Amino acid sequence: MNFQIPFVPVQASEFAGDVDRLTFFLVGMTTVFTVLICVMIVVFTVKYRRRSADEVGSSFENSALLEITWTVIPLLIVLFTFGWGLKVFFRLSRPPASAVNYYVSGKQWMWKIQHPTGQREINELHVPLGQPTRLVMNSEDVIHSFFVPAFRVKADVVPGRTTSLWFTPSKTGRYHLFCTEYCGTEHSKMIGTVVVQEPDDYQAWLAGAPAPKSPGGAGELLFAQYACDTCHRAEPGGRGPALSGIFGTEVALAGGGTVIVDDAYLRESILTPTAKIVQGYEPLMPTFQGQLSDEALAQLLTYIKSLSSMRVAAATARLPAPSPVPPNPATSQGIAR
Amino acid sequence: MSSSHATTAPVPSTPSSFLSDGHSLKSWLLTLDHKRIGILYLLGVSFFFLLGGLFAMLVRLELLTPAGDLMLPDTYNRVFTGHGVMMVFFFLIPAIPGSLGNFLIPLMIGTRDVAFPRLNLLSWYLFMAGGILTLFGVINGGVDTGWTFYPPYSSTYTTTNVMIVGIGVFINGFSSILTGVNFMVTIHRMRCPGMTWFRLPLFVWGHYATALIMVLGTPVVAITLVLLILERAFHFGIFDPARGGDPVLFQHLFWFYSHPAVYIMILPSMAVISEIIAAFARKRIFGYHFVAFASIAIAVLGFFVWGHHLYVSGQSVYAGTIFSLLTMLVAIPSAIKVFNWAFTLYQGSIALEMPLFYALGFIGLFAIGGLTGVALATLGFDVHVHDTYFVVGHFHYVMVGGTIMGYLGGLHFWWPKITGRLYNQFWSYVSALLVFVGFNLTFFPQLLLGYMGMPRRYHSYPEEFQVLNVLSTAGASVLAVGFILPLCYFLLSLRRGAPAGDNPWGARGLEWETASPPPTANFAEIPSVTREPYDYYEHAQEQAAAAVRPSSAH
Amino acid sequence: MSHSQSSALAHHFDSLEQQKEAATLGMWLFLVQEIMFFGGLFMCYLLYRWKDAEAFAAGSHELSIRLGGFNTIVLIASSLTMALGVRAAQTGRQKALVRWLLGTGFLGLVFLVVKYFEYREKWEHHLIPGDQFHFAGPVGDRAHMFFSLYFAMTGMHALHMIVGIGVLVWLLRKCLKGQFGAHYYNPVENFGLYWHFVDIVWIFLFPLLYLIGRHYHAGG
Repeated sequence: MNFQIPFVPVQASEFAGDVDRLTFFLVGMTTVFTVLICVMIVVFTVKYRRRSADEVGSSFENSALLEITWTVIPLLIVLFTFGWGLKVFFRLSRPPASAVNYYVSGKQWMWKIQHPTGQREINELHVPLGQPTRLVMNSEDVIHSFFVPAFRVKADVVPGRTTSLWFTPSKTGRYHLFCTEYCGTEHSKMIGTVVVQEPDDYQAWLAGAPAPKSPGGAGELLFAQYACDTCHRAEPGGRGPALSGIFGTEVALAGGGTVIVDDAYLRESILTPTAKIVQGYEPLMPTFQGQLSDEALAQLLTYIKSLSSMRVAAATARLPAPSPVPPNPATSQGIAR
Repeated sequence: MSSSHATTAPVPSTPSSFLSDGHSLKSWLLTLDHKRIGILYLLGVSFFFLLGGLFAMLVRLELLTPAGDLMLPDTYNRVFTGHGVMMVFFFLIPAIPGSLGNFLIPLMIGTRDVAFPRLNLLSWYLFMAGGILTLFGVINGGVDTGWTFYPPYSSTYTTTNVMIVGIGVFINGFSSILTGVNFMVTIHRMRCPGMTWFRLPLFVWGHYATALIMVLGTPVVAITLVLLILERAFHFGIFDPARGGDPVLFQHLFWFYSHPAVYIMILPSMAVISEIIAAFARKRIFGYHFVAFASIAIAVLGFFVWGHHLYVSGQSVYAGTIFSLLTMLVAIPSAIKVFNWAFTLYQGSIALEMPLFYALGFIGLFAIGGLTGVALATLGFDVHVHDTYFVVGHFHYVMVGGTIMGYLGGLHFWWPKITGRLYNQFWSYVSALLVFVGFNLTFFPQLLLGYMGMPRRYHSYPEEFQVLNVLSTAGASVLAVGFILPLCYFLLSLRRGAPAGDNPWGARGLEWETASPPPTANFAEIPSVTREPYDYYEHAQEQAAAAVRPSSAH
Repeated sequence: MSHSQSSALAHHFDSLEQQKEAATLGMWLFLVQEIMFFGGLFMCYLLYRWKDAEAFAAGSHELSIRLGGFNTIVLIASSLTMALGVRAAQTGRQKALVRWLLGTGFLGLVFLVVKYFEYREKWEHHLIPGDQFHFAGPVGDRAHMFFSLYFAMTGMHALHMIVGIGVLVWLLRKCLKGQFGAHYYNPVENFGLYWHFVDIVWIFLFPLLYLIGRHYHAGG
């Protein structure tokens, strides 16, 4: 489509047009019948308004013909609607054999995606234009739902079972990805982007990992990739304690006692987060046990420690990787270790 | 209909109306009079409606801006859950049956009370107890699962007051079941002489169909809540995948009740509409038998469509197919009713009084709500809009544009009968206009937002959704005023309203043949009935004939 | 009408017969909703047993058929005593009515006592569902679902029995005051309907929970 119909998302999958055509029929049918009924009511009310205090209506109170008419015609219309809807649904439910499988894992409150070639993404999905793509999905905790309005497709992501959906992207661009089954506190933030690229660009993207843009290095990348910044924001008020300036300080724990924020505590907080929770926060942090190699963990710790020797600008955006102010020892503030 | 011989001894002389028959708090709180119990329900549901409305305003205020900047996400989640729970269980389900149903059914069938008056009072206490317990849970800590309580979030992950609210809703379920039993037995066994099934007002048919659903459906949500509570308290694992359970099973059990429940919400409202249209067109409802059977058909068919809430939830494609087909079928009886109401107006003698405004508004808005329902039943369409604001728009069209219009229309129609007073006409027109405009401004944008992709239960949203959200919130503010106004002029009418007289609208029906307000015993003598209801034409013929023959007039 | 007869008629009814028909219809409707209530549980049982029949057989094998069978006979006997009680009321035999009602209540209590011992045994063998559950057998924790349903279903049933016995006590008190007779015994009859229903639920529970593991043996 060359022009954008208001209130209709971009058609970015091959069957989006099918869904929209069905929708136009439904809107049309709704409009026609609503107008018909409203006109009938208004016309009758005006035409048959009461003209004297004792006037009553006529005795015309049944008609088998009318009953049959307004039973059969709506019945035919809804059956037709059912059939058309079924046809579109079958297309939405049946991926071609050539569809390429990507693996999606939903958890509170992030989407983890793995490409068939092994690359992993958080809250982003890069796909090549024109490739039938099937998402094989499961949940690590509660029910979520993977929804891309531009593709007109969604499926719930349910713990204990595997669900799937498929699409063939038909337009390059960046499109919303929403979690659309209520899943707790940050349900509204379990969102991301589907990036449809020309096949060459996609291959290029696959080949190179995004280069780190700052000396924060691999740790900073991990911090974004694992969406730590969802809860540990640069400013206070997040679901988890703000990390800038925290290393080396003493913090009060929920349940009493204090602890010094050192390497051991940081490591423990990532692997068994509920062991020692900072006072004033809820036990919400998921564990990253088994998800981080020792090397990755070390890189993360380096980054977090570096937050205590520099100011970090608002780092809540997840795409692309955040570019904070580079550390300048000459002007460093905050608590030095 | 003519009152003839009494079938029981006439009632000895009593206070003039049920309202003046005892002024103490005890005479109200221990009443066995169905009319007083109806008023107790009216007070109860109004209270919960105001609270639910307050939660709604908070939701809409938050959604004025894309950022979640008015309250924390956890707070917002508790607020929208509180809105849903209060409105669904403590307003929409009990409102019309509890208040208007209780008040009118014995009057309309010509008897003195419902079959089980003590059970009726118990129903009200169970409703209030469940409501207060739930309110306590909602306010003192809150619940953040949504009114649908899906596990595993509700069973294992949330730390909120699921148990308290679950128990409160469970207790309220008993209220519903007992009301259903009471209505069914009353209608079966207590009709006055001559009142055959096809001489019953359609209001009674509608409530009978509603009672069927209350009795058959509510126990299923009861056991579902029990299982959820066992899961949460003792880790029974019925819905926990780690213990071999299936979270989608909860959805099946939950919607097996909750879909028929929406027909509990709409059937009584449709029942009111039938009465209003007949009264203000002064004509028998067109296709009376079809409308009566359509009510029963909706109740029965409504039990077979629950899977349309699970099209994308992991249900098989084939199950989805069957549920879609059945859901299409349940639309047909509703369509039949709408056309029959429209044709009642044809060749009627129509007075555009306030109750009729609401009834006509109902028809237009229910048309949109019902047809968006047909859209949602359509598989290919639902995949895109499931769990978006399109669904929110749809159900508010049917529940507010449908149920609440009927409720307001019914209150405006029968207020003179219940209280013996007339209310201020001018302000009633103002409030109806505000309700109508406010309603459409609130919920039509939501249909658009849904198709654009805005998910439900979102505390913050992408910027491109803001304009429509602002319109929606503006509409909600107007709607709120529209809802508050009747509270004012209805209460004022109790002090300053003109006396209504027995039949201010000139309507036909047994309830209009007794005083306004009625005496405690409803009728001095039990009536007996010889004609079909809504006998405007026959009655007018009779009056005309009597006027012509002076010797037989007396 | 005698004094007790006229006082039995509520003011909103025209006749004792209308009142009786209303009460009976009300009780039947109440039982229909009870069927829907237990029906939800039976549906869960059906689905989960279909999903893992072996685990259900293994779990069922742990239940004592002797105790369950004994309880079945006890309940059927209590339905008999209840029916005889209704008959006694119908024919105006006061003393017999009281005796049969007492017998019914006694048998109901026997049932509950046996249930208590069964539950206690489960607790001792770590078969209470939840975090302490441990099933020693090849199916292991797969049996958890069976026991969850076992406790949910028999627990709900037992709750209905307890409520029933409570209502029975209330009924007995009215009997002792001589409020029932050939002209008016509807509450006894309606209670009998409820009691029979609770019995019938057990008659479905017993084979589905106790008898499906008869031929189960670990490893096959």
